Amino acid sequence: MCRVVDLRQAVLAKNDVAAQVLRAELTARGTTVVNLLSSPGSGKTALLERELLLARERGVAVAALTADLATENDAVRLARSGVPVKQVLTDGLCHLEAGMLGRHLDGWLPEDTRLLFVENVGNLVCPATYDLGESLRVVLASVTEGEDKPLKYPTAFGLAQLVVVTKTDIARAVEFDEDAFRAHVQQVNPGVEVVLTSARAGEGLGVLLDRALAAGAGAATHTPVMARQQQSHGHGHGHDHGHDHVHGPDHDHGPDHDHVHGPDHDHDHDHPHVQPAAQSR
Amino acid sequence: MHEMSIAMAVVGQVEEAARAGGARAVTSVRLRVGELAGVVPDALAFCFELACAGTVLDGASLVTESVTARARCGSCPGTWAVGMPPELCCPGCGRATDVELLSGRELEILSVRWEDGPAGARTREPIPEEA
Ligand SMILES: [Zn+2]
Repeated sequence: MCRVVDLRQAVLAKNDVAAQVLRAELTARGTTVVNLLSSPGSGKTALLERELLLARERGVAVAALTADLATENDAVRLARSGVPVKQVLTDGLCHLEAGMLGRHLDGWLPEDTRLLFVENVGNLVCPATYDLGESLRVVLASVTEGEDKPLKYPTAFGLAQLVVVTKTDIARAVEFDEDAFRAHVQQVNPGVEVVLTSARAGEGLGVLLDRALAAGAGAATHTPVMARQQQSHGHGHGHDHGHDHVHGPDHDHGPDHDHVHGPDHDHDHDHPHVQPAAQSR
Repeated sequence: MHEMSIAMAVVGQVEEAARAGGARAVTSVRLRVGELAGVVPDALAFCFELACAGTVLDGASLVTESVTARARCGSCPGTWAVGMPPELCCPGCGRATDVELLSGRELEILSVRWEDGPAGARTREPIPEEA
């Protein structure tokens, strides 16, 4: 007997639930997670090193977790700032997931940490799809990467709550067109703040730290248009999103047409269908 | 390539449902993928085949329904296809304060076709199709 079973499950439901649980746990103990996405060579580590030093000078308890495919150079560099740093080797996995992050924090992250910077695996495709339980998502791009980077990676830039341009000290040399870059960012993520920085020349230093602290203090963060889609999926009873039940001839419409729900469906349906933006990735 | 992780998540979720439903073999999985979901369908299809190997989904086909990304502006009439790369400012008023994405970020398992196994076999009266 062959039959078609409606599942109606968000593919990343498990990660999304894990991310929400982690965000709630960390928020309850006063820790704010900042998820940093970039391509390799974006200058993210250099900037982060400066921000960590600054945090230390200001007496802000920060920590950094850096995810890499295979090497440990970033962690060694960041550790020079004197704050707790952990290296996670993903063994080829191109992104971090919320559950992995949670396991890495267990027993490592100091209780009093106010800010945890997570340096995600260096690419702008895969990490963009996974909510880590962060309260602030930041995308970084160096002036050498070209003005059309936001259009090439619309999911990464489109879901960012802050865009950081790095290496502005060489902007002129590489003929970086700031206006074009900003226009492209606005196209995929209208209203998001773009910050210009140079770890070498000192431009924009401290802005990342300030925005992270503000997010941790409960200040409103930017809600990207791309994060504003109503998340009606994943709640199997809702036939309210255009699924009109047109099935092939072998579809049995009898009582065998079950609605099997996964483990994330058996709780109450007063679960909000429209989630706050930062959690609706 | 996160399509492998996504394929494994799909297979894991379908396996769970198949086990609960007493399926003997899953023959196809229907997936809805939005234009802005950040997933490459070809890469996903390739990974899906690998992820199915040795599971109850072995040999199952993947049917991908793509969803066009559309948005709406609260101050202007109509909706628009945002395209790729997306244009998320309202083409009418040029603003984005009131813009809502209606579709395009879906990444959802719609349905699964499977064959009932002995464990899931039930006797039932043939019932005419419901309306
Ligand atoms: Zn408008």
